[in-house]
Order: sequence, then C-alpha cells, then structure tokens
Amino acid sequence: MVDKIAYPVQLIQPDGRRVFRPDYTSLVRDIGPDQLRDLYEDLVAARRMDVEAVALQRQGELGLWAPLLGQEAAQVGSARALRPDDYAFISYREHAVAYCRGVDPGVMTRMWRGCAHSAWDPSSVNVTNPAIVVGSQGLHATGYAMGAHLDGAEIATIAYFGDGATSQGDLAEALGFSMSFNAPVVFFCQNNQFAISEPVHLQSPVPIAQRAAGYGMPALRVDGNDVLAVLAVTRQATQRAREGSGPTFIEAVTYRMGPHTTSDDPTRYRAAAETEIWKARDPIDRMRRLLEREGLLSDEFLARVQATADAVAARLRSGTVEAPDPAPLDLFDHVYSTDHPLIDEEREQYAAYLAGFAGIEEALS
Amino acid sequence: MTTTTLSLGGALNAGLRRALEHDRKVVIMGEDVGRLGGVFRVTDTLQKDFGDNRVIDTPLAESGIVGAAFGMALRGYRPVCEIQFDGFVYPAFDQIVSQVAKIHYRTQGRVTAPLTIRIPFGGGIGAVEHHSESPEAYFVHTAGLRVVTPSNPADAFHMIQQAVAADDPVVFFEPKRRYWDKAEFDVDAEPDLPLHRARVAREGTDATIVAYGSVVPTALSAASIAADEGHSLEVIDLRSLSPIDFDTVEASVRKTGRLVVAHEASTFLGLGAEIAARISERCFYQLDAPVLRVGGFDVPYPPSKLERHHLPDADRLLDAVDRSLAA
Repeated sequence: MVDKIAYPVQLIQPDGRRVFRPDYTSLVRDIGPDQLRDLYEDLVAARRMDVEAVALQRQGELGLWAPLLGQEAAQVGSARALRPDDYAFISYREHAVAYCRGVDPGVMTRMWRGCAHSAWDPSSVNVTNPAIVVGSQGLHATGYAMGAHLDGAEIATIAYFGDGATSQGDLAEALGFSMSFNAPVVFFCQNNQFAISEPVHLQSPVPIAQRAAGYGMPALRVDGNDVLAVLAVTRQATQRAREGSGPTFIEAVTYRMGPHTTSDDPTRYRAAAETEIWKARDPIDRMRRLLEREGLLSDEFLARVQATADAVAARLRSGTVEAPDPAPLDLFDHVYSTDHPLIDEEREQYAAYLAGFAGIEEALS
Repeated sequence: MTTTTLSLGGALNAGLRRALEHDRKVVIMGEDVGRLGGVFRVTDTLQKDFGDNRVIDTPLAESGIVGAAFGMALRGYRPVCEIQFDGFVYPAFDQIVSQVAKIHYRTQGRVTAPLTIRIPFGGGIGAVEHHSESPEAYFVHTAGLRVVTPSNPADAFHMIQQAVAADDPVVFFEPKRRYWDKAEFDVDAEPDLPLHRARVAREGTDATIVAYGSVVPTALSAASIAADEGHSLEVIDLRSLSPIDFDTVEASVRKTGRLVVAHEASTFLGLGAEIAARISERCFYQLDAPVLRVGGFDVPYPPSKLERHHLPDADRLLDAVDRSLAA
C-alpha cells in the first residue's frame, strides 16, 4: 500500500463517470442504487446543516462555527464505513461525521453557542466531543484502540484530524504508539489544503500520507471529494483494524471551500481562481452526476432529499434558538466527579452573592 | 493484622500490587516500568506477576503516555502512568491540563478520566538537571485535577490505592529522596484518612509548620529540635495539595496563632502563597504574626553541589519559627 500514496484512490470522476479499480471497487460492491441515493442524501443534508449553522452565526445565534463546506464526501464516506460499535474521535469540523453517527442536529450547536463545552453524550453515539487542541485526539484514539485490543473487542477506532494537526508532536507520538502496540486505529486526515491560512506545503513538503511510512504504517491517499472512494478505503482500514492487523493512515485529499471559521477571511490568503478549480470537483455535484448517468435521479427522490435536508436544518435552527442558557451556578458543576471543598466553598459564596440581588430585582420589577 | 516494615518506594510497590489485584482494569504504563521495574524500582516484579498487558512498557514519549492512557480511560481502564522524573512531565503538560483535567467538566459529567499520574519529584539525591524539580504548583493551579503527595510509607501504601480508586484524575507526587525511608505499619488496616485530608503529624501549641512530601520529615526534626529549646511546634502534613484541607490548617493556627509554610518548590507563587492568603482570611484575628514561607529560592533548580542551600532544612525552618515567635 505504501508505494501507492502518490496516486489517490478514485472511484468516481468529477464528471460522474465511474473509475474501475478492482482492488477498491470490490469493497463497495454492495453499494447499489438505494445506497448511492442514501449517500447523496447524507451529503446534501450535511451541506444544508452547515449552511444553516453559518446563517445562525451571522444572525448572532452562534458565537462561532467551523464550516465543512467542500468536505462532505470525506466525512460522510468515512463515517458511513463505521459500524455502530466503532468509535470516532473527532475534531471541530466533523459535523457530518457526528450527523451520520446519529447526533441530533438539534443539539449540534451547543458548544458553538456557548451553552456547554459538549453537545452530546459520547457513549450514546460513540463519537467524542470535538478536540480543539489539534492532534491531541490522535493519542486518545490510540489509547482507546489499545484498550479495545486488550478487551479483545473486534472494533475499529478512527481519529479525524486535518493537515495542520500532522505537524503536532502528539500525532507523531500517536503513530509511534499505535505501531508499537498494533492498535486497531485508523488515522483519517482530511487534507483540506489549509491550516487556517497556512498552505499544506508549509506543514509538509511531501504528501502527508508519506509520513506514516516512516512508522512502517500502511498509508494511502484517497480523493476526498469522492464519497465512494472514501467509503471503500475506510472500510478497508477499519476491516484491517477489526481483524487485528493494526493501524492504517488515510489522507483524504479535499478542499475547504469556505473559511476556517466564521471569523476567518480566506480572501487574504488564497486566490479565487484556486477555489474555482475545486468547485469543479464539488463532492455533491459529482455524486449527482453519477446518479444522473446511472438513471437514479427522479423528481420524487430529489424531493425526498430536499425534505430531509430542510428538516435537518429546521431541527438545527430550532434547537439552537431554543437552547436555554445554563444557570449561573452550573458554572461549578462537574469540575470533579466527587466533592471538592474549594469548589463547594466558591459555589456557596457565589450563590449567597447572587441571592443578594433577589430583593433588588423584585423591587425593580 | 499484618505489620510490615517497608520503605516508601516498597510501600508504593505493595500498594500498586493491591490495586492491580483489586481491579483488572488497572494498568500501569510508562518508560521502563516493566522488566526493569522503573528507575526507582517502584514497579519492581509487577510485570512479571501481572503480565505485559497490565504493566506496559511504552515508547519514550510523555505526551503519548498520558494521551494514550487517557484514551484507555475512555475505554473503561484505570491507567496508572509513570512519568520517570519531574522535569520530564512538561511534554505531557498539555495532555494533563487541557485534556485529562477538563474532560469531566467539558462533558457535563458524562465522562470521567480515572487516571493516576505518578511523578517522582523534588531534589536531594544529587541528580543532574531536570531530575529534581517541584512542579506541583502548575498542576494545583488547574481545576479538575487532584494532586497529592505522601510523606511516609504508610501513607504511600494507602494513598496510591486511594488515588487509583478515585474517579477523578490524580497527579501523584512521590518525594523521591524519601523513597528509602522505612517504617513499620499494618498493611491490612484501613487508611486513617480519606485522600483529601491533611494529617496532624505532631501536636504542638506555639506555632504551626505546614509541609508536604519530602519536607515533612524535615519539619518533624525541626519540631524535635525546637522542643529541646522549649518551643512546642505543631506539624501538619498536607498530603493533598488539591484540594488543600484548610479546615485542618485553620484549626491548628487558631490554636497556635503562628504559621510557617515550607516546601521545596520556589517560593514565588508556590503553594505557600495560597496557604498564607487563605489563612490570613480565615484567621486574621487569631494570627499573632504574619504567615511566613520557607521554600526553594526563585532560581532554576541548582547543580547538586548547591542543593543543600536551596532545599529548606531544619535550620531554615527554625529560623522562620524564631522570626514568627519574635513578632
């Protein structure tokens, strides 16, 4: 596998034609018309959800959002390769991974609105809360996989990170640990070409997947805008993990079409012409062309997709605007799992302080 | 009753053995913890007896040790990480303070990280640089961590088991120059105190010395010398640095009216500063003298030929006691 890293795996060309790769096509042999349509629906729903969240940020309902625009195929393809008992360690842009794993769109924005640091219970969907310190989650996934390995559980753990994170020492340590302990983990890099403003060649002069080779780890590059190819390679990697063959590194070559976050201005660091090139490789358009070529598009189907996407967006919107603010004394909850006198003392003191305003508020109202 | 004489290091070994026996989810991981038994032999024979899936030699990567242990904790394990020396913990600092310490808060209590991070700390063994530091204030300043340190074999035996059993992450500092101190105690007795409580190590009436870890025996010998000179010193062994058991310290200061805080770490913004501030608030009218601090100087840990000047000894403690009594 290592010698193939310069040649991204592709199963659908940008114009929607299939690419025949016997080694990878066989991995998605079961993906028939219905499954292709479902993948398309996921891609559209993910984008619709993301667009809604960006709008909510612009309307002042969210403090920040990290748009996934352009990375739908990398996320949907990899997430749909997972089984329910597999475990995903994500970063802050993996909204579509969370969606595919069953996170309720109505709670998706909790962290970004500032209501809580986490939006969901990780154990309910086997997806962690997003890692903000990039690269740290590579080690967590490795440790989780080591534990799964010791348990004899036939599951895969997957760590999502970007191209910038591969420069972090923690990720290097994760690659080393996972090889030393044959940990059943998949390192899934979404190379979206930029770490905020820094182009990928500043992180690495060689293809990122090549770094894994130094650890002796099987690695490959996949066209990250090709949902079918991503599904195929992630299935292969998770299968390797489950059968005890150890870690795999996947570099999904994609492009962040929007800003890093809603606070970012990409016009300062990249040319519009470059973005245009990638627009022609849009993951959703590509899938639509495939469906069209194969006669799988119908008005009825498109209406269904639209209805699903609208429902997801509506749920995300209502969940956001209706999310209650946390109570002031929630501040002190869950710092420790057992009582801590310092926290208890501060909670009591602040409660007494706040109680001092009760009479004033009554008098004013 | 099983009375045994153990060194502090031997007591930790015995405590870790009990923890491994008690819960099959307990794993030990770190550099050289397996066949070698750790550079201080604290994990001696444990890999032989429990296997290399329970006592895991890791690559030389501290962030990796703590980060991977954190991931194992998420899978339901109770890892005990060994950081070989105090000055080696800094590469793992981010994992400890940003990840391990915060996961319970970040997840609204849905996820716990029952990790124990063992760190031999402090000087006095003639080591080269990066092997004698006292980094406890960095961790005490981070909400979400519990930080403890035993000063004697009996506490070491019980506290390591309590730390491993705790659902919160515990940074467990081991006073390395006391590893070879021996004491006789009952290994089948229940621990006298919960993990977060301080212990009155010696009762007295004229002034209180608060210390922890390696400085507790120093404070006790200072108290013996003072007794010969007609002064009765109370010595408190904090044991827990986060949380600090201020109630026990306050009760002592209400009795004696004078407080000296002693530690090896540099004085500036060390634990002594926090204790002085809190006790000044709680005991303003009971204090007969300002709270004094005796600590390491505000310099990097010096070469070992100078460390006897840097480390608080009984004379420097008694000098502070004299100043307190004279006020």
